[in-house]
Parts: sequence; structure tokens; C-alpha cells
Amino acid sequence: MTINEKQDELIEDFALFDDWENKYEYIIDMGKQLAPLPEAYKTEENIIKGCQSRVWLHAETDGENVKFEADSDAIIVKGLVSMLVKVLSGHTAEEIAQTNLYFMEKIGLHQHLAQTRSNGLASMVKQMKTYGLAYQSLNG
Amino acid sequence: MLLETDTISQLDIAQIRSDFPILNEVVNGKQLVYFDNAATTQKPRQVLDALAGYYEHTNANIHRGIHHLAEKATAEFEASRRRIQKFMNARLPEEVIFTYGTTDGINLVAQTYGRAFLKEGDEIIISTMEHHSNIVPWQMLCEEKGCVLRIIPINDAGELLMDEYEKMLSEKTKFVSVVHVSNALGTINPVAQIIEKAHAVGAKVLIDGAQASSHIDIDVQALDCDFYAFSLHKLYGPTGVGVLYGKEEVLNAMPPWRGGGEMIKEVTFEKTTFNELPYKFEAGTPNIADVVASKTAVEYLEKLGKEAVADYENYLLEYATDALSSIEGLRIVGTAAEKISVISFFMDGIHHQDIGVLLDQQGIAIRTGHHCTQPLMQRFGIPGTSRASFAVYNTTEEIDRLVSGLLKVKKMLG
Repeated sequence: MTINEKQDELIEDFALFDDWENKYEYIIDMGKQLAPLPEAYKTEENIIKGCQSRVWLHAETDGENVKFEADSDAIIVKGLVSMLVKVLSGHTAEEIAQTNLYFMEKIGLHQHLAQTRSNGLASMVKQMKTYGLAYQSLNG
Repeated sequence: MLLETDTISQLDIAQIRSDFPILNEVVNGKQLVYFDNAATTQKPRQVLDALAGYYEHTNANIHRGIHHLAEKATAEFEASRRRIQKFMNARLPEEVIFTYGTTDGINLVAQTYGRAFLKEGDEIIISTMEHHSNIVPWQMLCEEKGCVLRIIPINDAGELLMDEYEKMLSEKTKFVSVVHVSNALGTINPVAQIIEKAHAVGAKVLIDGAQASSHIDIDVQALDCDFYAFSLHKLYGPTGVGVLYGKEEVLNAMPPWRGGGEMIKEVTFEKTTFNELPYKFEAGTPNIADVVASKTAVEYLEKLGKEAVADYENYLLEYATDALSSIEGLRIVGTAAEKISVISFFMDGIHHQDIGVLLDQQGIAIRTGHHCTQPLMQRFGIPGTSRASFAVYNTTEEIDRLVSGLLKVKKMLG
């Protein structure tokens, strides 16, 4: 699946929910299901500090595709993080660097990417793209 | 809907609510419940009208113009100063310096009084429950001058350990800067006692009144503090206006801080002489419109009556404390005997940010996080809390919505 196909799939999933409770329960579930990040990766270097919650992001590449793993101490942010990981992980550095992330807005979750949310998500997206760019230049 | 609450207080809460247009906002499909009043209060129609009215009928730069509008604007600006002088019972209008907020006022004192009169080895005392605004300016000063910062500890209820404070005081103590009311816990500190003890060793005292000014009576002469700082936006007034009170003789002894227009008497390239109080500390064009509208905010609060407002807020605090305590797994942080209407709490196993997000979905605005008091959170061993803070326009019905909102949060995250 391409990045956009994954985004479209998430948008379809969320279209099923007609109230906020179902929507957030789904996000919370995704947060709970996200594979725990190994403690070894929960380093100061991998931390993306928001004002309120912490997000850890670990990236590695096999030379072709980039794999992301992430975690957060707040469950809703963790659910949102898991969606970002799902959408971007396993793609090439170039795809990641160039992608246009539209699914959050379509789902009506864009307020979580706003800076005022102080949850580190906006910084996380930036950081994922930065990894893309960095690996791209390594590959290039 | 407001019947029950109405009959409890001598205030007409429904009428008061109708003064605040923003309370009619619909957030995520529900009528807004605004419980983030410790961050900033909403503004009544009267203040909004004063702001618009100033720009429609008065706007001009103050103090120098000779035309009609300049005189009118100057008169309104100075009337606001005198009104605030009365509000805090300062001896003279010149002792009321307009700043941009509480933070600005504290920085002014640290950068002028502190830099001029404090030296290496001098001790500055603050407390564990200070807002970062009353920590960082002193840390910066200590760094520059080699002063020592000492911290009054607190007990588990969130009250200052006065015995420890007294032990800290010595001839080395040159400055004490403490918060009147804690923004994160709601604790009302015994500032009169703190000031008296500090003066006994010859130290000057600043009181951070950001949270206190809208809830309790401020009488700077009775307190005998050397400085008192607060912000109008937490008192139903506009953002961008603060007040720094200082005793005349102390302010006169202090060098100016920011240089520019207004604060000078005469400028030549060789030497500048400085203006008198309060203008010495008000460089540049001030925030005229907001200062003018601040008078309306103070009058609004005083017309309601600070005592009646405090009584009603205490009633809300007691109601909310009981209601929230009934939620299993919820723990209130800050249980001082003397408190204003602020409740900080956490729920077992639930991150405060999740609480904030899910309450927001239900139209309820609270504050979550460390409340700019990270050392205080470290004292309690927690990363942050959820905080509901009440103002005069809040109701018990809204507190009921908070409780059912929290029960829903618990169900969703349980």
C-alpha cells in the first residue's frame, strides 16, 4: 500500500463513526494496541518534548525503507502516534520526505497537530520527515 | 437552569452570566463550560464596550499632545491609575506602575532593584510553589550577581512551612519574593506574616498577586509589602496590562529599566535625566486602551463586591471538592486550609492530557500540565495535574457537567 492508500483507509475507517466518543474510543484502542517501544529506545535523544505529554520516536533504515517505532505517555497521543507510524513506516526515505499528510485533517483531528496542543505531535511529524530527508541524502 | 445556584448567593449569577457573551459559545456541539479561569478570566460586555469605546471616541497618544483627544486619553489613562490605586489601597497614584503583566513587573524589580542593590552572597528567598515567573527572574539575577536563591518548603497539603522560612531568615536575606495565592494549588499564603518577618531582618518583599487579585482583598498598606504585582486579565480585564505597586521611596531609589520616550525628563547626547514616578518606569507608548478598560474591569468586580464574589467562589469550591472527591481514583492535589477556588487533581492511571482532550470534546475547558510550576510538581512527584478553576460566572450545574464528563473519561480510558 502506498502512503496515500493508507491515509485513505484510515479516513474510511473513521467515516463509520458518527460521534466523538466512538472516534476517540477507536483512537484509544489504537494507542493500546501499539507495540510497546523497547525501553532501550526511550532515550533522551529520541524524545520529542511537548509541554504536557512525551513522545518517543525511533527510526531505522535497511538502506531502502525506513521503519518507525514510537510511544507516548498519554494514550490519545499514543493512538495518534500509532496512526502516523502506520502511515509512514515501511516507505522509502524519499516518499516520507515528500508526503503530504492529509488524513488528520480529513478525520477532523487536525487540532491535535496545532502547536497549541503542546503534545509534540506536530514536532513528531516534522521529525519523521527530517529522518526521511536525512536517510535520502545518505542513500543519495 | 440556574435556579439552585441563584438562591445560594446574594449575587444574581444568571444576570452576571449574561454580561459575558463568550459563555454562549458552543464547543464541540455543547455549551461551553469555562473552568480555566486561573489562566485568564473571560471579559464582561462592559469591558469590551470600554475597549471599543476608547478606540471609537478617544484614541490618541497620551501625556504630550495638546489636542482634545490627547487630553481625553491622558485623563482616562490616569483615571485608571487612580482607580487601581484605590483598588489596592496604595498611598499614592505614582506608586502604581503599569506593566504588561505580572511577569513583566517581577522582571522589572529583579532587573532594577535587584541589579542595583543586591550583591554576591546576598540571599533571595522564594517558595516551592512559585510560578516560573517568580523563579526565573531571580535565577537570572543570582547568576549575574552571585546571589543565593533559597526555597521555602511546603507540606503535603501544599502549605508553606513557616518554621523553615523563619530559620532561613538572617542578615544575609536581602529579598523575599513569594506568591500570594498558588496558581496550581489554590493555597492562600500568610503573606502579612511573611512580610513582617522579612522586614525584621531588613529584607525587601515582593508579593506575586497574579492569582490573588480577583479573589481576595488587596491592601498594600496593611500588608506593608514593598512590591505587589498582578495582571488585569485574570481580573475580568484585558490582556497585556499588569500593575506593579512599589513603595514610593523604594521606587525612587531604583534606577530606571527600559529607556525610551515618556521615561525621560531631558535628553542630550551627553546625558539624559529621568522622569518622575511613575513615568520613570513606563518607557514607550503604553497599552493605553487596555489600561483604560482595566478601570471598567476593576469597577465591575467591585460593584459585585469582592466579598460576595469570594463567598460564592468558596461555595463553588466546596461543592466541587465534594463532588470530585466522590469519583473513585481521583486525588486532589493541594488541600490547604486556606484556598481560593482552584482544584488541581489527578486520576489513577490516566494522563492529564487525555483528561483535557476528552473534556474538551464535551465542551469543558480545564487546564492540564505543570501550570508553569515544574519544581512544585517535582515536590509532589507528579508530571502534572488537571486543574479546574472557578470564577464568579460559574455554576454548580457546570460542576455537575465536569463530574459526569470525568466519569465518562474514566469509562473510556478504564
